[in-house]
Amino acid sequence: MLRGHLAALEDEAIYVLRETVATRERPVLLFSAGKDSIAMLHLARKAFAPARLPLAVMHVDTGHNFPEAIAFRDAHLAGLSVPLVVASVADSIARGRVVEQTGPRASRNALQSVTLLDAIAEHRFDVAFGGGRRDEDRARAKERIVSVRDAFGQWDPKNQRPELFGLLNTRIRPGEHLRVFPISNFTELDVWEYVRAEGLAVPSIYFSHVRGVFERDGMLYAASPFVERLPGERVTSAQVRFRTVGDMTCTGAVRSSAADLDAVIDEVKAATVTERGATRADDRASEAAMEDRKRQGYF
Amino acid sequence: MTTETALRVATAGSVDDGKSTLIGRLLLDSKALLSDQIEHVAEASRRRGLERTDLALVTDGLRAEREQGITIDVAWRYFATPRRRFVLADSPGHVQYTRNMVTACSGADAAVVLVDARKGLLEQTRRHLFVARLLAVPHLVVAVNKMDAVGYAHEAFARVRDDVAWFLGEETKATFIPVSALAGDNVVEPSRAMPWYDGPTLLAHLEELETDDGEGAPARFTVQWIVRPQSAARPDYRGYAGRVASGTLRVGARVRLLPSDETTRIARIETPRGEADEARAGESIVVHLEGDHDVARGETIVVESEPAPRVTSEIVADVAWVHKTPGRPGATYLVKHRAREVRAVLESIDARYDVATGAAIAGGDALDLNALGRVRLRTSEPLCVDAYAASRATGSLLVIDPATGETLAGAMCV
Repeated sequence: MLRGHLAALEDEAIYVLRETVATRERPVLLFSAGKDSIAMLHLARKAFAPARLPLAVMHVDTGHNFPEAIAFRDAHLAGLSVPLVVASVADSIARGRVVEQTGPRASRNALQSVTLLDAIAEHRFDVAFGGGRRDEDRARAKERIVSVRDAFGQWDPKNQRPELFGLLNTRIRPGEHLRVFPISNFTELDVWEYVRAEGLAVPSIYFSHVRGVFERDGMLYAASPFVERLPGERVTSAQVRFRTVGDMTCTGAVRSSAADLDAVIDEVKAATVTERGATRADDRASEAAMEDRKRQGYF
Repeated sequence: MTTETALRVATAGSVDDGKSTLIGRLLLDSKALLSDQIEHVAEASRRRGLERTDLALVTDGLRAEREQGITIDVAWRYFATPRRRFVLADSPGHVQYTRNMVTACSGADAAVVLVDARKGLLEQTRRHLFVARLLAVPHLVVAVNKMDAVGYAHEAFARVRDDVAWFLGEETKATFIPVSALAGDNVVEPSRAMPWYDGPTLLAHLEELETDDGEGAPARFTVQWIVRPQSAARPDYRGYAGRVASGTLRVGARVRLLPSDETTRIARIETPRGEADEARAGESIVVHLEGDHDVARGETIVVESEPAPRVTSEIVADVAWVHKTPGRPGATYLVKHRAREVRAVLESIDARYDVATGAAIAGGDALDLNALGRVRLRTSEPLCVDAYAASRATGSLLVIDPATGETLAGAMCV
């Protein structure tokens, strides 16, 4: 049974989920098939059990996902009898809402924000639960648990509501919506320990496997049809795993022989580089890459 | 009392007292910064033309903070030593961001207030000490920083210590530690430069502090959500979901429902970890009651044999005004207490606190951003409150602007 630290984190996340759902009309939980959203979905189910989930579950699909992650997403949600809403970046491109980048460094990462905001408007969601954690990034470290987005989906980090006494203010004006982060206070290690303690399944790419990879800017990328290689970038076979599950265009692999949860947890404990620093090209774009994307409506 | 759960530490200090540097030092020396984060800060420092790595850049993550070289918003940092887990809330020193100091302190087990050994007790420091005391942060630590700049002199430390102790008064206990965040003295590593100091380092002191999450207080539980599957398998299931605010609820205990004032017994308790005989402060549970009761969200469950909360519409509270829209007598607000939201009129401002002296100035026709004062509120329906001094969880309220939804103030019931 969970005790101490992890139990306290679980209690807090469930409190946040219940309070938000009780006070808002149309909640949606953003599910990416990554470990954080898997843990968050599990917490949401616990928060309202034995009743059915009183919220929608949505994936913002860039079309550039790892096939293993999409297969896991569909099998996992089907197993839980949870229906899924898919918001597709490809649709946003087809409808002319966003313009596809081209070239070897093209990514749909930034385009997701538009797809997400369009889907929130279309479904009239007034709150979106995200699996963001404060230990992930400098900008996320400043994020509230309940965070207001204006009518343009923008985050104003200089003008955030104070969160006092653990009380959650979920009020918004028409047109605004909330982003709520129930696992704000989990660290990467906490999530893995929670996944292990609760016996949760995660996509296979989190564990060591052999895959064709190539090196770019000091990161290992999976060879995929979504990434055009630069001259001189050669695909080799390597034993790797992924610390985060993002787009194939911006998520790097780490060399690892960690083949199960125990080994992954040992590896995270001994890590000398943060998960996003190690493997996310999207955060390396500038000193404030995450802040800039969050301001535009990113997760 | 426990050291098993994470210690939540709020840090505060005046502009340039070096609190971000202190946090950077704490993280660096306890090896909580990973190599890419260290490299990032080193690189950002070089780009700014700084001679040495500016540890403040570890927490100053927003563009505007980096551009202006100040901390604007609370940053949360997580780290663990072999002895303890910590959550640090770094809050800004500028007066216009004092509301964030209130945010950081309102959830903290301990407050570390930095004082510049050269400058002593500035108005900002008084404000921070006053906020920490008003918010009743259980442990107060005064880190007298920049000891390297005063030649590590005992007299400089003693002067600050005596001034702060005088300002706090006899009732508020604080621990004083001489440090240099820049040089690393007494933050994580003991200082060799101050043989006259034989106390613990800042980190060692924090590792030993016990947290009290209100397990000893009377049991309070407010219903957040009613779980009703209405399924064929569970046609009659009706559970009351919420978080134990204080004390302990036990199966079989005689309880009173407030404000409806019915009595019954607890039939079952479900926790996220399974069925349990009891649930303690902080746990998110589902309670089942004996008999049929019409319990709605916001109803509070208390144990009959324990001291009852006040059930009242007349609330006297200390407030920290955290919004630019001023608070005015006669105005109507929303008040949020636990899982309950009611309308309330600000009947009067009884006093405003002069943070420079700690004195209460009677009366007032407005509370502006960053003002601290005492008010009377009349709520549209009675609330079940305790004195904040007895229970932080059940003695605290939010004052919300009904037009915009913005949080205007935090209130602590007297």
